[in-house]
Amino acid sequence: MKPGELSRGESELRAAFLAEVERIPGGDRLRRCIQCGTCSGSCPVSREMDVQPRQLVGYFRAGDLETILRSRTIWLCVSCYACTTRCPAGIKVTDLIYALKRMALDRRVQARDLPIYVLSEEFVRVVGRYGRNHELRLLARYLLRTDPWRLLAMVPLGWKLLLARRLQWRARRVEDLAGLRRIIARAERMEEIYVREATRFEGTVGYGALSERAVAARGAA
Amino acid sequence: MIYGYYPGCSLEGASRPYDRSLRFVMTALGHELKELRDWNCCGATMYMSVKETVALSLSARNLALAERNGNTLVTPCSACYTMLLKTQRCMKELPGLRRQVDEALAEAGLSYRLGVQVRHPLDVIVNDIGVEAVARKAKRRLEGLRIAPYYGCQIVRPGPAFDDPDWPTSMDDLFGALGAECVYYPDRVRCCGGMLMTTDPKVGEELTQNVLDCAIRNGAQVVATTCPLCQMNLETLQARAHAREGAIPVVFFTQLLGLALGASGTEMDLHHSLVPLGARLEELAGAPS
Repeated sequence: MKPGELSRGESELRAAFLAEVERIPGGDRLRRCIQCGTCSGSCPVSREMDVQPRQLVGYFRAGDLETILRSRTIWLCVSCYACTTRCPAGIKVTDLIYALKRMALDRRVQARDLPIYVLSEEFVRVVGRYGRNHELRLLARYLLRTDPWRLLAMVPLGWKLLLARRLQWRARRVEDLAGLRRIIARAERMEEIYVREATRFEGTVGYGALSERAVAARGAA
Repeated sequence: MIYGYYPGCSLEGASRPYDRSLRFVMTALGHELKELRDWNCCGATMYMSVKETVALSLSARNLALAERNGNTLVTPCSACYTMLLKTQRCMKELPGLRRQVDEALAEAGLSYRLGVQVRHPLDVIVNDIGVEAVARKAKRRLEGLRIAPYYGCQIVRPGPAFDDPDWPTSMDDLFGALGAECVYYPDRVRCCGGMLMTTDPKVGEELTQNVLDCAIRNGAQVVATTCPLCQMNLETLQARAHAREGAIPVVFFTQLLGLALGASGTEMDLHHSLVPLGARLEELAGAPS
């Protein structure tokens, strides 16, 4: 491999990531990063992160998305958008991290029993079933799969909420549940096609490919 | 005026007091909330982390339904507010994505023409109705109550929002006009930990505790929130810790506003707080009935 060239795996990751970036309004501002670290300084959880928000862009630029996808960072992001509103270059850091989360899950980079994944999976299941979230069911199913003892420890709190009439016992269903499920199914199919097509790309290290792709995407739209 | 109303899932569950108090407040201020018929989950941060197109389509269904009757949709939950706004922006700025979402919506015979304005009730109350008008309609002053307005994340960020992302003041103005004292405390827009309370409790609890400590240290008697998840995190952490000293009640801003507009503490569900209300707030809330 020549310097500046990407391995096949990394090239695929990069293609998928750039495709995701296109789906963020203003996503191509990514290349304006000046590595100032305002994002890391604004982040309420950065001290728990193995890769700092600023380093996310650094790793991307250096052609190492794999390290990012394996990091604890993307799962610690709480979507508080502090980095996004403060970034002097207007980079949508939070939205980029959402994209990285989806990539890590699609590619099974992380273990399937990762808590946030289990929670997301149960959330999707509850919403698919009722059309709305049902807090009690979501939490119970999540804890049963990740930490049953914690479920037991939650009982006193649940009891207090029940007495305060703040525990919704039965889930409410959306009337047109069939229609909603058709919307979900259709959107899911499109998402799959999108993810699959996004892996066809020959890229290089750096930002070059980003602007080319962004221009191509604008034209196509 | 009649506003379209999207309560969101939490307001049917643990945040029912938010729903009840908001409806009361809007009626007392001479406006009506008309609940969106057959609304569905907005997708929240959870769906966005897994499937983007689906997340946007879920929110777009609500917007499409709202567009049929009127052009304003008021939503009190911060996560719903952000998701609906984000969907609006993505559909407006990315024609490719909009086509996909439209295709999905068509499966249920729906379409969305970007005609809905998504608003937060705090925005409506402060900017449409106005702080002075609220103060004129108040039946009771909140004097002697020291409030820590907690804005959290997703109503002022990512923006463009109705208030400053780092130093919002709308709740301060509102409660100030009603005679309460809003305390200075830097954590007013610092994240409560959100879903980390569930997925990574060690980190989540620390973030929540930081916000509480900051409010307590600066002399607050009550935290006023705008978000169901913030309220849940801040309150239940204290309800779980056994009789921690200096516990502070955490209520929705509409519950306090309702008190000022003449509701009883019972009507505002204040006696359902899991944390003792404290002397001044208890006085304002009156005896449970």
